Amino acid sequence: MNRLTRFLPLFILFAFVGAVAWRLSSPADEKIQSKMIGRAVPAFTLASAVPGKPGLSSKDLASGSPRMVNVFASWCVPCIAEAPLLAELKARGVAIDAIAVRDRPEDVAQFLAERGDPFMRIGADPESRAQLALGSSGVPETFIIDGKGVIRYQHMGPIEPGDVSALIKQWEEAR
Amino acid sequence: MRVILTLLLLFASPALADSSLPPARWANEQLPDPAQEARAKALMEELRCLVCQGQSIADSNAELAGDMRALVRQRIAAGESPDQVRAWLIERYGDWVSYRPPVEPLTWPLWAAPLLLVLAGAWLLRKRLVRRRG
Repeated sequence: MNRLTRFLPLFILFAFVGAVAWRLSSPADEKIQSKMIGRAVPAFTLASAVPGKPGLSSKDLASGSPRMVNVFASWCVPCIAEAPLLAELKARGVAIDAIAVRDRPEDVAQFLAERGDPFMRIGADPESRAQLALGSSGVPETFIIDGKGVIRYQHMGPIEPGDVSALIKQWEEAR
Repeated sequence: MRVILTLLLLFASPALADSSLPPARWANEQLPDPAQEARAKALMEELRCLVCQGQSIADSNAELAGDMRALVRQRIAAGESPDQVRAWLIERYGDWVSYRPPVEPLTWPLWAAPLLLVLAGAWLLRKRLVRRRG
């Protein structure tokens, strides 16, 4: 056995430790993007999540013009952070509907009273079924759906000030 | 001071990012048909929780995992096969959601790895094995 092959296992160990150390220092992106982008919104019908506001069904999302669907919950803290930005999107002409995940009408009503209400329709999703059907893996998430009811874009996590222009652009492109 | 802090902590309510709704009906309740429940349980152990990404939905306490268990049980009870339910989830979340990787060109190294490692081990030990036999 020559000298080089004798040290081969050691080199392999170093390579392995190096690979592990690299991944530990720069972890992979853990966001699980929905595979439904580019496909029609799956059929769902959700009852109204809050009195005085219509519920949401997949048919409402093929209305001829693009719509934004915000997946949120009153118990979700980052949803509070993105509320003013949803209001800004609405002010800039974006039509926004919502899916309230695992929520109670009184809690949704209180959340909207405190944080603002940019939504046209809000569907109640008590067992996360519509959320799972959309391929969404948490709250908050925001989908853009074109006039034909095809999912065009998914934003994961809270909308931050820097995301607004990208969302407007995606919404314009979905026209 | 320390005593007061400890007491305060004892009675503080944790700020959990959880909803106030109870778990979905089939999240923790077994199906009445034992055969269906066995199929559902086996599938739940092979589906990955979307929230706590290292756990299966059978092991996870996350609410979304509970809702996924409910979804699996409802679909199995409605007559779907475990493969259909798995395919429905893979359609939405990709192969990532399933702990059973498909056999395809991309995953061939994964399936071949055990065999290659055994062969590599045998190669490393080849001299010793031969010597001992002699």
